[in-house]
Amino acid sequence: MTGLTFELLCMQLLTGIALGSIYALLALGLCLIFGMLNVVNFAHGAFFMVGAFLGVYFLGVTGSFWFSLVLTPLITGGIGLLTERFLVRPLYGRGLDYPLLLTFGLSYVLIEVMRVTFGIEGLPSITPEGLGGTLNVGIGFFPKYRLFLIVATAIIILGVWFFIQKTRYGLIIKAGAADQEIVKVLGVDIAKVWLLVFGLGCAIAGLSGILASPTRSVNPEMGIPILAESFVVTVVGGMGSPVGAVVAGLFVGIVYSMTSLFFPDLAELSIFVLMAVVLLIRPQGLFGKAGAMG
Amino acid sequence: MKQKVTNQTRRQMLIGGAAAASAPLWLNVANAQADTIKIGFPTPLTGPFSAEAQDQVKAAELAIKEFNDAGGFNGRKAELLVRDDKLNPGEAATRTLELIEKDKVNFVVGSLSAATQLSINAVCKERKVLFNSISQSDAINEAKDWSVYTFHEALNPTMTAGAVARYSIPRFGKKIVFLTADYAYGHEMVRAFERAGKEMGATTLADIRHPLGASDYSAFLPRIKALNPDILVLCNFGRDLVNAAKQCTDFGLKSSMKIVTPVLLYTSRLAGGPEAFEGIIGGTSYYWGLEDRIPTAKAFNDAFRKMYNGSVPSDYGALGYAGVKSVLAGVKIAKSTDTLKVVTAMENMKYDWYKGPEYYRKCDHQAVQTVIIVESKSKNMKDKYDVFNILTIEPTTEKNMRSCAELGHKA
Repeated sequence: MTGLTFELLCMQLLTGIALGSIYALLALGLCLIFGMLNVVNFAHGAFFMVGAFLGVYFLGVTGSFWFSLVLTPLITGGIGLLTERFLVRPLYGRGLDYPLLLTFGLSYVLIEVMRVTFGIEGLPSITPEGLGGTLNVGIGFFPKYRLFLIVATAIIILGVWFFIQKTRYGLIIKAGAADQEIVKVLGVDIAKVWLLVFGLGCAIAGLSGILASPTRSVNPEMGIPILAESFVVTVVGGMGSPVGAVVAGLFVGIVYSMTSLFFPDLAELSIFVLMAVVLLIRPQGLFGKAGAMG
Repeated sequence: MKQKVTNQTRRQMLIGGAAAASAPLWLNVANAQADTIKIGFPTPLTGPFSAEAQDQVKAAELAIKEFNDAGGFNGRKAELLVRDDKLNPGEAATRTLELIEKDKVNFVVGSLSAATQLSINAVCKERKVLFNSISQSDAINEAKDWSVYTFHEALNPTMTAGAVARYSIPRFGKKIVFLTADYAYGHEMVRAFERAGKEMGATTLADIRHPLGASDYSAFLPRIKALNPDILVLCNFGRDLVNAAKQCTDFGLKSSMKIVTPVLLYTSRLAGGPEAFEGIIGGTSYYWGLEDRIPTAKAFNDAFRKMYNGSVPSDYGALGYAGVKSVLAGVKIAKSTDTLKVVTAMENMKYDWYKGPEYYRKCDHQAVQTVIIVESKSKNMKDKYDVFNILTIEPTTEKNMRSCAELGHKA
């Protein structure tokens, strides 16, 4: 390829990291829910979409991106709590397929609700004030908002890591993922932990939705392709491994970006090829434990 | 035993009741089959082009209403049978076949993708049913796909991309980069833009192909920036165009190059917002703002506003209106619903439904019409419908189309 420069490669890398941030965040929520509850949440993309819609809506109403950045995950998390309590909970102990079909159905309900509420065209998304335009990062100009996206995602991921590694609740979550029986015997109400984890996963999905909204069009079907991509990330990272989700998210973003530079028409395919290669070499994913799918 | 008797009686009552209740309905159906002129209307009500598709249906219903209000044809009213083709060529063919075989439609109008219209056309061609396509395609007029039953109400990429090239290359420069959706329509837009550009000495630096329906284009943008073209041509459609325009704006590409697109959709602009589309130039078949200079546009807009709470028709909506209107006008002129008679009537028709004078070229039934070049505005907008400035209108001429011989038709 002509005109291939060091600057171009660096820009491409940075673009890949920004792309990967959203993948990592989405996959993190997906894998928290799977690792803990053994539920493959097919409504995760729909929660992402709902988060994007609510984010744009609240931003329009209140004029404050920061306010909607706090409010939106609270609402999607709340919907997540209700979903776990009344829809998913009755299906525990019936294997992977029942909750999978349920959440698949739920995603279509959420899509339809948004179509009815906001219309099929979707909403024009808004870049928050002060984050529009580009910034000279030394190697060229990069959108300010995408830089913010990288930083914000890093903070959220560190926050979740801190919560799981350093707090009492996190300890219970980890213990619950390792051995539910023992945790129950120790007198912990495991049902409450599950409720919380499902809510947390959905809140993170909603948060990724609002964070992604200024970079793309907000429409009812926006959660469908990205759900497929986040499953690829989860599988590459290892089902149920939060570290794997984050590392694989960035990895997939960078692979997509680099493929776009050299073979643009194969970009979409590249991440699936990556998944196939990883699965051939390490069937459990990069950071997964063998037999995670139960 | 008693139980069984009760059940039987109940069943008989139910059947009898159902038959009685539905009897008037049956009579209606029988009447309708004899009397109404049925137009099958397959269009992607679900999927990424659904906004445009819904608008097509709304405007097509307006055309039906106007025909019926004017007394129909010898007292025969028209009826629109809308089917969701889900933007899938297989689904489109199945629905069209159903419309023809089961619903016995007289004509087919519709579709919103190069691929689905070709599959609908193939079915109609085989069944000898008149199909008036309201979606852009170059292939449909070429001899291998075309039949005497095929009409093409929409513009085609040769006309739109060509007009945009003729407008933008002399003004902005000759070094071109394309960002292209990797499917038939995307490729057709590139080919047409290059064809018009060649005469003006334009060169293509790169044609970057992306998968259809990509949501993030950022990975293609650093390279486009490094190539530093005079003009970046976005050869994609619907939500793809919205996302691409938005991300090009975010990456600051507009500061060093002009962004143009062969088809700048009204609905895409609404979905993307003023900021993302600011300054982007494109071609379109219709913009409601034409009403200041074209009386039929004013009449069409007013009728649409009256029927749909003050909203204005979009470009593809207008095509839905014109597509149905042309066929029904053909029926009136032919004084018959016989397909070949209507075909002949339409071939000789000069019409002006909403955008000034048009006619179907004899050899390939392509609607010869103007292309409107618009620029998206972000300032001084009167209301939410006020989104474009009309820069110029490329006049109606067959000169800018591919010739009949080029398409493989015998003169």
